[in-house]
Amino acid sequence: MGVKIVVEVNGTAQSHEVEARTLLVQYLRDVVGLHGTNIGCDTSSCGACTVLLDGESVKSCTVLAAQADGRSVTTIEGLAEPDGTLHPVQSAFREHHALQCGYCTPGMVMAVVSLLKENPSPTESEVRLGLEGNLCRCTGYHNIVKAVLAVGATAGATAGATAGAGAAAEAGR
Amino acid sequence: MIPAAFEYRRVGSVAEAIAALSADEDAKLLAGGHSLLPLMKLRLAVPSLLIDLGGVPSLSYVRDGGDHLAIGALTRHCDVERSDLVRRSAPLLAYVAGQVGDPQVRHRGTIGGSIAHGDPASDLPAAVLALEATLVVEGPDGERTIPAGELFLGFLETSLRPGEVLTEIRVPRSPGGWSFQKFNRRAQDWAIVGAVIATAPSGRPNVALVNMAATPVRAAATESALAAGAGTEEAARLAADGLEPPSDLNASPEYRRHLASVLVRRGLEEAAARDGAA
Repeated sequence: MGVKIVVEVNGTAQSHEVEARTLLVQYLRDVVGLHGTNIGCDTSSCGACTVLLDGESVKSCTVLAAQADGRSVTTIEGLAEPDGTLHPVQSAFREHHALQCGYCTPGMVMAVVSLLKENPSPTESEVRLGLEGNLCRCTGYHNIVKAVLAVGATAGATAGATAGAGAAAEAGR
Repeated sequence: MIPAAFEYRRVGSVAEAIAALSADEDAKLLAGGHSLLPLMKLRLAVPSLLIDLGGVPSLSYVRDGGDHLAIGALTRHCDVERSDLVRRSAPLLAYVAGQVGDPQVRHRGTIGGSIAHGDPASDLPAAVLALEATLVVEGPDGERTIPAGELFLGFLETSLRPGEVLTEIRVPRSPGGWSFQKFNRRAQDWAIVGAVIATAPSGRPNVALVNMAATPVRAAATESALAAGAGTEEAARLAADGLEPPSDLNASPEYRRHLASVLVRRGLEEAAARDGAA
């Protein structure tokens, strides 16, 4: 039996009837046609399929499309500005060469966006712990952590510029 | 991997869930889905109907219940982990919730789902055992409470009756020392062995073990030895007494017994240090 769902994907309302067992990642790739989200292990281990559900990172291989009904989903395709300007996390990944084969990258970037929303200026240890749900099969973690720290430092500096020196010290702790 | 076909119904209330669950004995409740969906993808679970509790927001809360903390069954691990009230009143529970899986799992998984699933390798079932929590369930015959010590009957088997829905977890305030020792290879793996130490209302340490039997289990021999005045080292050596731990790719039963003793010793030491510091 089909389930009617309405999901806001990258800001656009999508309305479809799907089989109840359709996984969110299948829905995004095969029904909506967004292939940026990769399927890695398909067992909620590797994090390659990470997307944002109402702004928080989830593994889309372990969420039913039906569970996303009435909610908003952001995929890697929804991060950059319409004019092509990269999201700060995407720019930092490019800047710091935070990818090797690139397979884990879409999920890794989405996990970082979620992490930085919860903790805008994480320490190195908080970055590593915050990304424990994402595996890089090339083991290229070092530059990924560098990229995240760079975005965090920028966020701290921006907060300081607008809110004064006290906030900067707090944000840069 | 795609689950076998099933019907899906999203319910808006606990009463609706009870009615749907009572009408179909092969139906399963869906909360965050992070225990159930992986089993369904492996076709180890093949429910006819999934009753999605996602539309019942009234089950997600943390409240001060006086001598206890009341946590709605649909409260997600990340919300338990971050709740100031849980951190103050039951810091062990907040810490354990923060050790479940990884951030993505904690954004979806719920405390009630994890407990009702009753996996001996999961962290929260052992935590509620050690904390002497009480589970509130609603069913066709009304509401009843189950002490955590009477919930886990066998492998993935609980004393929840057909048609019953776990709605709330009541955790006694536990101001004493505590510890959670989780031994695993990667963050998102289940514990190879885990040890949870909580201070009982009596003031003595309760010790519960993860992945050391077919159910989450108390380390009864360690607890009796401590009650009889044994030292930490000696009591910890008895952690696996009377237990038949599982064997799998990660560890043999012998290795698990060894790990249990080591983790219980570390846990008792950490709990005692915290108790002293408090």
